[in-house]
Amino acid sequence: MIGVFSYLVFFATTASILAIAVLGLNLQWGNTGLFNGGVVAFFGAGAYGTLILGGTAQAGHLGGFGLFYPLALLGGMAAAGLMAWIVGLLTLRLRHDYLAIATFGVAVAFENLMRNAEWLAGGAKGVRGFERPLRAALGDGFIYNLFFFVVVLLILIATYMFLERLVASPFGRLLRAIREDEEAARSLGKNPARIRLMAFVTGSVILGLAGGLYGTFYAFVSPQDVLPTLTFQIWAMLIVGGAGNNRGAIFGAFLIWGAWTLSGWALSRFAPVDVQLYTGSVQFILIGSVIVGMLMWRPQGFLPERLVVSQRGKPQQMQQGE
Amino acid sequence: MADPILQAHGVTAGYVPDLPILRDVSLAVPPAQITLIIGPNGAGKSTLIKAIAGLLPVSAGQITFQGSDITGLRTDQLTAHGIAYVPQTDNIFRSLTIRQNLDLALRRAGVDAPARLAGVFDQFPALAAKQRDKAGALSGGQRQFLAIAMALATAPQLILMDEPSAGLSPKAAQEVLEHARMLTGQGVSILLVEQNVNQALRLADHCYILAEGRNQIDGPAADLRDNKVVGEIYLGNRRVGAT
Repeated sequence: MIGVFSYLVFFATTASILAIAVLGLNLQWGNTGLFNGGVVAFFGAGAYGTLILGGTAQAGHLGGFGLFYPLALLGGMAAAGLMAWIVGLLTLRLRHDYLAIATFGVAVAFENLMRNAEWLAGGAKGVRGFERPLRAALGDGFIYNLFFFVVVLLILIATYMFLERLVASPFGRLLRAIREDEEAARSLGKNPARIRLMAFVTGSVILGLAGGLYGTFYAFVSPQDVLPTLTFQIWAMLIVGGAGNNRGAIFGAFLIWGAWTLSGWALSRFAPVDVQLYTGSVQFILIGSVIVGMLMWRPQGFLPERLVVSQRGKPQQMQQGE
Repeated sequence: MADPILQAHGVTAGYVPDLPILRDVSLAVPPAQITLIIGPNGAGKSTLIKAIAGLLPVSAGQITFQGSDITGLRTDQLTAHGIAYVPQTDNIFRSLTIRQNLDLALRRAGVDAPARLAGVFDQFPALAAKQRDKAGALSGGQRQFLAIAMALATAPQLILMDEPSAGLSPKAAQEVLEHARMLTGQGVSILLVEQNVNQALRLADHCYILAEGRNQIDGPAADLRDNKVVGEIYLGNRRVGAT
């Protein structure tokens, strides 16, 4: 019984970390209309940044700063934000499709850099030597995982509340206005380029936060953790849950991560042995099919964007196609 | 005659570098009047208003507003100078409520925001009644009124209107143009591009006719409306059977 509970805690921790990442993407795509095809690069910047800044000295790669954990996590978020600021300055004037291609290229370059620049992050062997916070007091077992899950859950709730307030604020309305029509927003004296950059950086800092927590949870990060697959998983979570709706983003993260782990378990248990070699590929096909299927039959996701009628009014659902 | 509030001198502009649509176009907009720009399709009317609005690069010439050079300023920078631009279409945010659309326009109004909002609702009581409705649910005419209301909420001295009657019923088009006329009574200057020439000429004070990206004729709107040659060439008044 404790085994099942332990697994559920492990599952919920990973799903919650991914939910934070999906919330970051939702700010960029769901609220602002920025097609970030390089999600994993900002997630990775947070993970690598946190582990390099918070880890012990390791021969052969940068690190050993041993910062107090919250500072290391903030440093990882800042690394993601800095990268987003540079990438955003260069790419945010591009149209949706070109922005997606450009940011996807950034993610591929990031993975290649991490894989090849051994002096920076250990290359293919990854970053090691990170001591999880409070490990000495709580050990490595179930109690620690439960503690870490609570921490991640609290951060998820805080991120959700921050974004809900942001979206309901005048700045949030401005983001939606820019998503809808940049020219009209400019005609009202708004500077879409600056506001898009702010949203891109803020969303990427949240992606970096998720990456930092992910790296902390596993006390390790390598180029295998920043493959494009993760970008598509996070996108699938947002599309299925409902772009533009923070609850949808969290729901999508749990649903897709559940489907991913369940399909992996089912394939390994029930598929013929020679097919099990292709379990990973089958899962990718499933994720792709889910994205295509949702875009065809329910493009607004399971929990569509809600329109806040007024600060005192009741929310009403947006009509499909708007 | 009062000094023009806006002047364009020899403006050359277009969508693609080295391929100008407008060539050496000049105009002057007097204060608190409607200045109309008309011309056949492809004459460069919308290009001119977009160049003035900072949406297209000006490769030659100068645009001044109240004596200050505003050539090359971005649209959002022009708002701070007192110039509002109402695009032809997609000029409101359909997924937001009417009130939220207006709040966006009022965001920099500070302590003036409540008074400005009240002023806008006085002028557009239909919008006040529906302020919690989604803007996308409005009729075409009401959307144009909302777009104009949003422009007014920025307290402009000059409004650039790009074909505000496009796609509207004749009655709605008439209402929108008459409202533009009413705004001049409040001291607002209007630079208006219109395809609905006969209606617009009745309301405008001064008119510029463009063709092939150049100035052709300009003068008081009433004179141009009654000018037989102008009517035949530019206003479609040629009689059937005439050669």
